[in-house]
Amino acid sequence: MTQTVLQAKNLVRDYHVGGGLLTKARTVHAVKGVSFSVEKGKTLAIVGESGCGKSTLARIITLIDPATSGDLLIDGNKVDIAHSALTPEMRRKVQIVFQNPYGSLNPRQKIGDVLGEPLKINTDIPAAERRDRAMAMLKKVGLAPEHYNRYPHMFSGGQRQRIAIARALMLNPSLLVLDEPVSALDLSVQAQVLNLLADLQDEFQLTYVFISHDLSVVRYIADDVMVMYFGEAVEYGSRDAVFSDPKHSYTRTLFAATPRADVESIKARLAKKKAA
Amino acid sequence: MPLLQIKNLCVSFDTSVGAFMAVKGIDMSIEPREVLAIVGESGSGKSVSMLAVMGLLPKTATVTADRMAFNGVDLLGLTGEQRRKIIGRDIAMIFQEPMASLNPCFTVGFQIEEVLRVHMGMDRAQRRARAIELMQQVGIAEPAERLGSYPHQMSGGQCQRVMIAIAIACNPKLLIADEPTTALDVTIQKQILDLLMRLQAEHGMGLIMITHNMGVVAETADRVIVQYKGRKMEEADVLSLFESPKSNYTKALLSALPDNATGDRLPTISDFALDPEGATA
Repeated sequence: MTQTVLQAKNLVRDYHVGGGLLTKARTVHAVKGVSFSVEKGKTLAIVGESGCGKSTLARIITLIDPATSGDLLIDGNKVDIAHSALTPEMRRKVQIVFQNPYGSLNPRQKIGDVLGEPLKINTDIPAAERRDRAMAMLKKVGLAPEHYNRYPHMFSGGQRQRIAIARALMLNPSLLVLDEPVSALDLSVQAQVLNLLADLQDEFQLTYVFISHDLSVVRYIADDVMVMYFGEAVEYGSRDAVFSDPKHSYTRTLFAATPRADVESIKARLAKKKAA
Repeated sequence: MPLLQIKNLCVSFDTSVGAFMAVKGIDMSIEPREVLAIVGESGSGKSVSMLAVMGLLPKTATVTADRMAFNGVDLLGLTGEQRRKIIGRDIAMIFQEPMASLNPCFTVGFQIEEVLRVHMGMDRAQRRARAIELMQQVGIAEPAERLGSYPHQMSGGQCQRVMIAIAIACNPKLLIADEPTTALDVTIQKQILDLLMRLQAEHGMGLIMITHNMGVVAETADRVIVQYKGRKMEEADVLSLFESPKSNYTKALLSALPDNATGDRLPTISDFALDPEGATA
């Protein structure tokens, strides 16, 4: 049986920009009525360029920012943080991994404490068990127990992203929002982190919302794809449908702009250059 | 005669734990009108070797080379003053972060005109006319008005266009682009790459493209150098590199592209027998 973990109905988010002495107050429509749903163990990729509202959407899904209107359902329960306080259960269920692994870890906090913190805040698990769980999680994401007492600056970008993923998984979330998790990483490290994400998804039946602007990564990892453009979802469908038959002109522009690294395209380019 | 010829370039940095070799004996040369891509991951020394050519490395760096000649002139033997006459005029460089490489305190017009004043000795009216022409060439709408804009009033793509305008202001013979599109969206990346390729063809410049993106390499380069941990792994023309890569490292890089994924897992560097020291395996 398939179970819908995340459902969004007509989500809208407006930001009111206050006017100053000489400027009028205005409203920025960051997200304009977006609907989608993600089933358990699946990956929805949200694609778009800077300013298209994909990170605003991530903030709404992660329950950091309330939506101006529309419904957000997590595991079938309606969540509205604008009107009622969030339950600890909900806080546990949704976690996020940010783009920049250099900015998202506290430089003065040891890795063990980074991983223990979510448990310390959200549960009453004793210190010894917190430590055991952090150790186990370190191994799970491909690090070693001796990393427990080290500081973030002692790790490479890829290792830090593993730590950020480990921290997000400490509370056994059902939904993980990944905001450009591999954009800052080198190609080979990117491959390792994508493999890790795929393994973890299989093991814990995790649901991913994967935000990216890299279409080749999206094609590799996503089950469903949503393309956003100026706050609207201009294209939404299964990966194969979107990639084989893009409907919206913006999606086609996006595909056309993505550099191709196959031999045929190179031959075509060189032939064109010779002719010119 | 090659435009730029480098033989056995080594760069080491003094650190608290001794010297760190960032570039370990790189040879390369680029002909006029050629597009050369240097590919590698962070720490491969691709930026450092080009910064050494530009003379932009900090004092802690030691640069040695058997030969480093631009247009037949030995760069290492020049005094600072002589070298500054070449750098910025005959060799120009653009950087990864367009927002960070422009000075936030001055208008873009001032920054474009500064190059013209220093290197070309133009008067005020000539500088302004040339600046407008450059802004047009790099595709900025309403160039005369935009000269009065500050960097923060422009988008990332526009800032990169301004950087390119500054770089090509003195019609350089060689343009070094260090990850020029990494901070930009794909659609903007396409525009900037098209612009660079058009300018390269129009001006007949040599172009060195430093990147870690194999897609960018495939779309721009004539010839490719692959670097890993300060050493050159492979050098080939672009088609043979993608068709039949010789070194294990290049094979690893190409197969780590999600485009080339076969099956469930992406191959990673560790799946290939690579000498961690970076010697050709």
